Amino acid sequence: MAAKSIISRPVYGTLSPQPGKHHLFVADAEGAVAIIEMAKNVPAGFFGGAEIVFIPGPDGKHVGALEALKPAQFHLAASFASLLPRLKQTLTNAHMGLRLYLSGTEGLIGQAMQVALEAGIDHTSMQTEHRGSLARRMQCVHCKGITENVTTQPATCAHCGLLLLVRDHYSRRLAAFQGVCINAEDRSEIPPMEEIFR
Amino acid sequence: MSTGTTKLDVVVSNVVPVNELVTRFHFRRRDGELLPTFSGGAHVVVEMRDGDRTRLNPYSLMGSPLDTREYTISVRRDDVGRGGSLFMHRSVKPGLEMVISYPVNLFSLDLRARKHLMLAGGIGITPFMAQTSQLAGSGGNFELHYTCRTASLGTYADVLQQRYDRRVRLYHDDLDERIELDRLLSSQPLGTHLYVCGPAGMINWVRDRAAALGWPAETVHFEHFAAPQPGAPFDVTLAVTGKTIRVGSQQSLLEAIEAAGVDPPYLCRGGVCGQCETNVVSHDGKFIHNDHWLSEEDHRSGCKIMPCVSRFEGKSLVLER
Repeated sequence: MAAKSIISRPVYGTLSPQPGKHHLFVADAEGAVAIIEMAKNVPAGFFGGAEIVFIPGPDGKHVGALEALKPAQFHLAASFASLLPRLKQTLTNAHMGLRLYLSGTEGLIGQAMQVALEAGIDHTSMQTEHRGSLARRMQCVHCKGITENVTTQPATCAHCGLLLLVRDHYSRRLAAFQGVCINAEDRSEIPPMEEIFR
Repeated sequence: MSTGTTKLDVVVSNVVPVNELVTRFHFRRRDGELLPTFSGGAHVVVEMRDGDRTRLNPYSLMGSPLDTREYTISVRRDDVGRGGSLFMHRSVKPGLEMVISYPVNLFSLDLRARKHLMLAGGIGITPFMAQTSQLAGSGGNFELHYTCRTASLGTYADVLQQRYDRRVRLYHDDLDERIELDRLLSSQPLGTHLYVCGPAGMINWVRDRAAALGWPAETVHFEHFAAPQPGAPFDVTLAVTGKTIRVGSQQSLLEAIEAAGVDPPYLCRGGVCGQCETNVVSHDGKFIHNDHWLSEEDHRSGCKIMPCVSRFEGKSLVLER
């Protein structure tokens, strides 16, 4: 569970079934467990109107358990990039009454939320639950490059090579935390790098 | 002092009967300047000085927010109410100097919406007059569904259809035309916001169906000014100022508090905004809650009252004022 710090740092809840006829789930890896636990408390027939899009983790777990919920549609994807066209298509054709549930890593929740915001869903209307890795998606505020799966503090920008302080300052529009040069005054000063976003 | 209680000195520039129940009033500033900017959905509180009694009633601004040379409101005559609308209809003539509040918007458009779906019932059409003007001026996407009792009581239905053609759909009660609410709500594109203004029963119906069909609460906007209802007179003790007052049968609790020289905060005077929320110190009797602000739990607790619209029946009531 992510700790609360500054106001822009996202906080996540626990998935709970919402009223509505159509339910779209997007999850990765351990995010499946959030769906499976929520499924214990859903009204009869709930998954008959549900679509689950799932990116399994490297261990390939939870696929069978999700299928056993018998959602109306179930799709496996290899990465967020590979599920993006389908997600965009689904949201473009969707009507009010579709509810969105995002669970898993922050990177997955943030990027799916970014697409949903563009489709007109308010971020407060989405159900989210963080499960699994705390690795961050980071934008370098200097070169604007995005570095995925950042686990260290500070972190090296994969694009321009600057050493960046990974801030809690988060952008919903970019679905990324902001990384700011940590040694701009004296580049020879290299603070120790610790792995803190596991 | 809040914006809503800042006053504007105006003169009635025109009075136009619209149909057998509704009359439109135009106000301009007495100093000839432009009126303050407002956005669609805003209301003003009109001070009605009727002999030794002053009523303060909220009315939605219905003119275009793009034109602030004048404000316009439409008032539906209520023959069994406390007399505010009858005063407007009978006593307000062009040239009369009046005082109104600065505009306050408790029913504003969410301009992030992809589409605005508006449902009006009866005189609830007035805020949509301003909102549709605002949206039309900026190419906004909206659709208005307007229910009225009969064609002749369809206030501004003709104007709206002329302006917006097929974006306006009318339903007449006398012809048994009913809005197909579930179908309408289920066929809206993602990113639509819903706005409803009309009688309390209609608002509750629309909110209930929208919630059941999966519309998130933050996409559903509503406004219903509860007019203060007349009732039996009752006595109230104001604990802070140490006064005991009597609320007359045609007076609201808020008006009675103000008449005693106590000046509680207020904005809408219609049970919507929450400004005049008042703590109950003690009571022996029954509350008649008429507001849309307090939760059901608050109503049951007997610890809070909205003096603008709610009343009391019983032996004693002590308020923290």
